[in-house]
Amino acid sequence: MSARNNILNRLRTSLAGTEPRPDDFDEALVTEPWQYTPESRIQRLRALMEAVQTEVHQLPADQWPAKVQALLESRNLANILYAPGTAHGQKLAEHWQAHGARQDLVAYDRPVEQWKEELFWEVDASVTGTVGGIAATGSLVLWPDRNEPRLMSLLPPLHIALLKASEIEDNLYAIMQKQNWSAGLPTNLLLVSGPSKTADIEQVLAYGAHGPKELVVLILEDQ
Amino acid sequence: MNQRIPVTELESSFRGRASEALADSQLRTNFRTAMDSLMRKRADAFSDPDEREDLRELGNHIKARALSQLPDLLEQLEAKLTENGVKVHWAETTEEANQIVHGIIEAKKGSQVVKGKSMVSEEMEMNDYLAERNVECLESDMGEYIVQLDGEKPSHIIMPAIHKNRHQVARLFHNKLGVEETDDVNELIRIGRRTLREKFMEADVGVSGVNFAIAETGTLLLVENEGNGRMSTTAPPVHVAVTGIEKVVENLRDVVPLVSLLTRSALGQPITTYVNLISGPRKPDELDGPEEVHLVLLDNGRTRAFADAQMRQTLNCIRCGACMNHCPVYTRVGGHTYGEVYPGPIGKIVTPHMVGLKQVPDHPSASSLCGACGEVCPVKIPIPELLQRLRQENVKSPKEHPQVKDGGAKYSRTERAVWRVWAGLNTSPAIYRLFLWGATRFGKLTPKNVGPWTQNHSAPVPARRSLHDLARQHLGSQGTKGGRS
Repeated sequence: MSARNNILNRLRTSLAGTEPRPDDFDEALVTEPWQYTPESRIQRLRALMEAVQTEVHQLPADQWPAKVQALLESRNLANILYAPGTAHGQKLAEHWQAHGARQDLVAYDRPVEQWKEELFWEVDASVTGTVGGIAATGSLVLWPDRNEPRLMSLLPPLHIALLKASEIEDNLYAIMQKQNWSAGLPTNLLLVSGPSKTADIEQVLAYGAHGPKELVVLILEDQ
Repeated sequence: MNQRIPVTELESSFRGRASEALADSQLRTNFRTAMDSLMRKRADAFSDPDEREDLRELGNHIKARALSQLPDLLEQLEAKLTENGVKVHWAETTEEANQIVHGIIEAKKGSQVVKGKSMVSEEMEMNDYLAERNVECLESDMGEYIVQLDGEKPSHIIMPAIHKNRHQVARLFHNKLGVEETDDVNELIRIGRRTLREKFMEADVGVSGVNFAIAETGTLLLVENEGNGRMSTTAPPVHVAVTGIEKVVENLRDVVPLVSLLTRSALGQPITTYVNLISGPRKPDELDGPEEVHLVLLDNGRTRAFADAQMRQTLNCIRCGACMNHCPVYTRVGGHTYGEVYPGPIGKIVTPHMVGLKQVPDHPSASSLCGACGEVCPVKIPIPELLQRLRQENVKSPKEHPQVKDGGAKYSRTERAVWRVWAGLNTSPAIYRLFLWGATRFGKLTPKNVGPWTQNHSAPVPARRSLHDLARQHLGSQGTKGGRS
């Protein structure tokens, strides 16, 4: 622990006789330039996300499982990873059963160590929920937990995210306050603002660096 | 300039490396193109100048507030992280930090490490340290991966491989990975993705940096576009984050303006693809994520910079790279010329505290003091002012007690004596007139070669008549004219 004490002592010596600077955080600066009407909120989120090659669809809330099926059909994909312990996961499974969808439903229901190889290489797509969206930056907020693990939104080449229209907030500060993040964060909170990308070679934009090559956002309208 | 023969062996001085870089037209084109584009993107991202200036001011205040209570915040961060299940380590030197990281890997009997982008791990030269101990440490950021494959160091803190063009990367991949040579950037990225995904799956330990460490909640925030940061911090069973002690901020809300400043200044993006907030290891019932998370807090000269109220401002830095993107010197000589981990304007003001001025004696003067770096800095570090201060520290005599590590590296008795004579000459009218008398008569005796000046200019020769003389004559003749009318 001597490194710790040496570092802290040196810092304290340097600060001797000084006072902490006051907290003059200016909420208005991070909120006022980023406020929108309900309609323009969705428009802005769409525009920003589409600018980074995200596919966005707006549809009535009960139609999303059919849309997911259609997305897989059109891409000719063989399977989709889903979270059986979530409400939307169950809805998907019901739809699959009712409509006899031909793609395999792969449940993320065991620790990653038990099926790493399959999860890393053989899953084509995934569908996850979100806890909200941010209009100012065109972002989704993901709150992974036991039921919907972290790698779901990272490993499959296609990630489909469900976003309730009513849960899109103006800006990061607003959603942080509304959901009271500082009272308790999950193991890994994520903001996702498009498919994985890189510009490390000659600044040429290429999608699908390490995470999903495609991100599809389904904005669910309340009924 | 293009006709000069490129020299292949590594030059050991800043000046030598600078002349080499200046003669490399490919390198200069690569940098010029990239920097122009990054400057344009930043300007577009801050389209409202009032908003930009207010936000920079706020960013400065947040960092200054954090630094004004740094020891307390570090303790709070440690307490919160520990409560969340993260193990916190402290290191005064890079050697200590490497030992800690190696110790964690050894305890897990690990042999493969996959690394997200981390400039602090570059400070530590972690890859080499671990390689010597038979641990493979692979870079997973596409740019870092490219420079590692080529046995190089990053030339830019955000865009490590910016000095290479696609053809150079194509040849590199062909030679090192045995793949077919292709100039298609998408295909090159696909090759990188495939190769690295294998490594993410196999790695025993993932290493990452930290953009902001939040004391209030015990959270490590990382921004990135590729997903390699998420991979490195999620897929392997152990995650080790390494960071400098200056990265801590007080509250979660403080990161709202800081992230915005960072991504807009660095890349002109409203936000990066991923903002990753890690607050602990995998919980007992969770299905993925590392079982162990460690944070290594590194000093490496930071407390030294902190001790000086002016130099403390270097610790505001959020590592966006905007200062290098806008620097006329960096754009021309490239990142490798600086010969250290952090290039460009920010490198010139943080490196002396880490390695001492003796190792980087030319850093403070490798600047035109145009002021662009200070103008774009998102946390308002007065870089030109700090460069001037370092120039002074650089030439202090031991008696003047330089306040920067190895200050006085460029102190020279001869130079000091010359300046003393020069000052005497110019402050005493009698001696000045005597000097003038000599200079106007024996000007031809000045040498033809006066060092670097005569590389590109003809040698200066004092005029036969001084300005004083000419002015006197001019005024005299005017006076005469006035008398006649």
